[in-house]
Amino acid sequence: MTEPKNSGTKRALPVLGEMDRREALKVMAIAAATPALASCEPAAETGPGTVAPRSNPMARGTAFDPDLIAPVVPWEPVLTEDELETLASLCDVIIPADEVSPSASSLGAHRFIDEWVSAPYDGMRQDRVLVRGGIVWIDREASTRFGEGLRFRDLTDEQKTAICDDICYGPEAAAEHKVASRFFDKVRDLTATAFYTTPEGMEDIGYVGNVPLPRWDPPPPEVLRHLGLE
Amino acid sequence: MTQTPQDQEYDVIVVGSGAAGGMCAFILAVNGARVLMLEAGRDYDPVSETPMFDLPMEAPLRGGGTPEKPFGFYDATVDGGWQVPGEPYSSVDDANFLWWRARMLGGRTNHWGRISLRMGPYDFKPRSRDGLGFDWPMTYEDLEPWYDKTEALIGVYGSNEGLENTPNSSPGVLLPPPAPRAHELLAQKACRDLDIPVIPAHLAILSERQDHERWPAELFPNNPLAQRVTRESMQSRAACFWATPCGRGCSIKANFQSTTVVIPPALATGNLEIRTDAMVREVTVDAQGRATGVHYIDKNTRLDEHARARVVILAASACESARIMLNSKSNVHPDGIGNGSGLVGKYLMDTVGAGVGGQFPAMENMPRHNQDGSSGMHLYMPWWLYQEQARGRLDFARGYHVEFGGGRGMPGAGAFGGLEQFTGGSYGRAFKEDCRRYYGSFLWFDGRGEMIPNEDCYCEIDPDGVDQWGIPTLRFHWKWSDHELNQARHMQHTFAEIIEAMGGNVTSAVQDDGADAIAAPGQIIHEVGGAIMGDDPSRSVLNQYCQSWEVDNLFVTDGACFVSNADKNPTLSIMAIAWRASEYLVEEMSRGSL
Repeated sequence: MTEPKNSGTKRALPVLGEMDRREALKVMAIAAATPALASCEPAAETGPGTVAPRSNPMARGTAFDPDLIAPVVPWEPVLTEDELETLASLCDVIIPADEVSPSASSLGAHRFIDEWVSAPYDGMRQDRVLVRGGIVWIDREASTRFGEGLRFRDLTDEQKTAICDDICYGPEAAAEHKVASRFFDKVRDLTATAFYTTPEGMEDIGYVGNVPLPRWDPPPPEVLRHLGLE
Repeated sequence: MTQTPQDQEYDVIVVGSGAAGGMCAFILAVNGARVLMLEAGRDYDPVSETPMFDLPMEAPLRGGGTPEKPFGFYDATVDGGWQVPGEPYSSVDDANFLWWRARMLGGRTNHWGRISLRMGPYDFKPRSRDGLGFDWPMTYEDLEPWYDKTEALIGVYGSNEGLENTPNSSPGVLLPPPAPRAHELLAQKACRDLDIPVIPAHLAILSERQDHERWPAELFPNNPLAQRVTRESMQSRAACFWATPCGRGCSIKANFQSTTVVIPPALATGNLEIRTDAMVREVTVDAQGRATGVHYIDKNTRLDEHARARVVILAASACESARIMLNSKSNVHPDGIGNGSGLVGKYLMDTVGAGVGGQFPAMENMPRHNQDGSSGMHLYMPWWLYQEQARGRLDFARGYHVEFGGGRGMPGAGAFGGLEQFTGGSYGRAFKEDCRRYYGSFLWFDGRGEMIPNEDCYCEIDPDGVDQWGIPTLRFHWKWSDHELNQARHMQHTFAEIIEAMGGNVTSAVQDDGADAIAAPGQIIHEVGGAIMGDDPSRSVLNQYCQSWEVDNLFVTDGACFVSNADKNPTLSIMAIAWRASEYLVEEMSRGSL
């Protein structure tokens, strides 16, 4: 019962097969009454006479009381377009497109990392130094290893891999690559967060929840078999 | 001249709108009392404000926690957390007490974990059993009917297992528990060999709709008004649709929030008036020292206001209620209202918390299926070593229960972070394969244990502190005893055993020193005590009906009245005690005693 998550409508309705019509209408009514659900329906699909709430007038709009229905990122991104280009190519080394799902940058992972490192919080300020410094380092490493004037984004897959193999795992990185491996770790973690919180990423790993159900069933038999619990 | 609201006298002022305040206002209003509720935060409506299905990617930082939203962007809490802007508190030395507050209608009930465990017979008489702490001035049998009523009113799922000190509810009270998730069954199987019971959890979530024909008449015989508003309220609530986290709140009213379950029917009586953004500073008294009302700051005008009533109920949360009492100084009550015993603010308790994580090869590459469920636990482990403890075989006196979760939840901020310790640093196509393999194979086990009250844990008015409303602030003192530290160590070692019995690998540190294992005081957000009830006015602040010994028209119905803090999460008990106290108050008022 995997729902296509990459359509414009993020919320799938429940499987209605075993509900009677009255029950089904009730569940759909509940789902339709949810402001969040309504707010992500394209306006053209909203029926006549319905008003989809697009903001929460009760919220004060402060950091302690933000509008949860219409969220905004209240700080400006700090990375330059040039930095973002290097970052995007690294994101795609970490999560490339394959048969199952697209690449990280095609889903905006580098933009999310920009949002993250630009945030006005201590941990993110530290990450900003690590990520910006790492971008400079990896571009310079590209030209040092493979030719003056080359940037990381210009390298072949093999060349990118040659650099990333040296920095992909801190415990085994050479002394001169320890700091770069922390940078790689950080970008890998943030790329994973960015990618797997999208509908495409959730579909990839098989998260199939966040849909209203008419009833809650025990795990399916193949799951119990997998765990040796039959 | 028209009468302004400020001049009006109410029967009862209720300070606070959460578990205790909501319950008191509801019970008083359905019994015909004219009630004024004062809430320090803003108005809040879960039906229109809850972002039910919204994805992390729609929120800043993928919905991750920040200092302003510690439980994540979508958490229901408004103007709250460990810090509230403009409302500081302090700790002496290294006490490091963390004080969670939520400035909003409904308070912390909007985001709470919905875990609803009854205290058992032992829990009311702990001193009689092991000589430590204090006995309650009531027995389990005294509170049992109020637990039944509360569970029936708010809707709690669970089962009756008849285990030691883990009470059954009366037949028909509980809603059926949801079927266990895969990892919960795996833990249950492994724990069989360890003799640890794994049973259905009790959560305040409607696994099915409430019986709106049966309960109003049973809960409120001979009270047509109460029956009508309760029936309408129950009819307005949908059953859980097994999706979206309860911590966001619930727009279909399937879980308990004061703002969806008790405040709307209280308003429907016409007997309740609510003022939000009203921050209470002190209880006012007459020449004899009886309560006459409260002073509060209107947060919008920043002006001091006064409201009058025949009775004042403090239900502002344990520490906030103690703060109001300590700040209510008069000639008759020089050390704060109702504080002749000197015990206001004393014997603060939180819950002992410690946890361990695990990764489970058996759960790798599981067939895809939905594990959202109720969003909270379907199974848990109640304390199982009462007899070992009675025989003196453990180095701590009281028990804990185990909460556990994980599995195939919705990925959020931090998803797959730190995976390199399992993959040796994979990236590229291999990393995507690893994410598919490891997704859903992690669990976390948390102990929630009883803390014994002690002389070193208390709050007082900070001589140097004042908040932005001009109200003196609290300063906290804290010291764990060996009972708590040894219990935290026991938790961690036990969880490591469970994880290994499940064929898993421990992924977090297992400490040998309990001080390294235990969560910071206040961090579990179960703070209770500060105005304890008792039999003896010289050694307690309140009687068993939450009534001040010294000021008969002052009640404190929140967690401040707790005498002990059993491992059972306090909210259900707060509500049962508040209901019982409210009925007592109604009787006293109708007899003319108040």
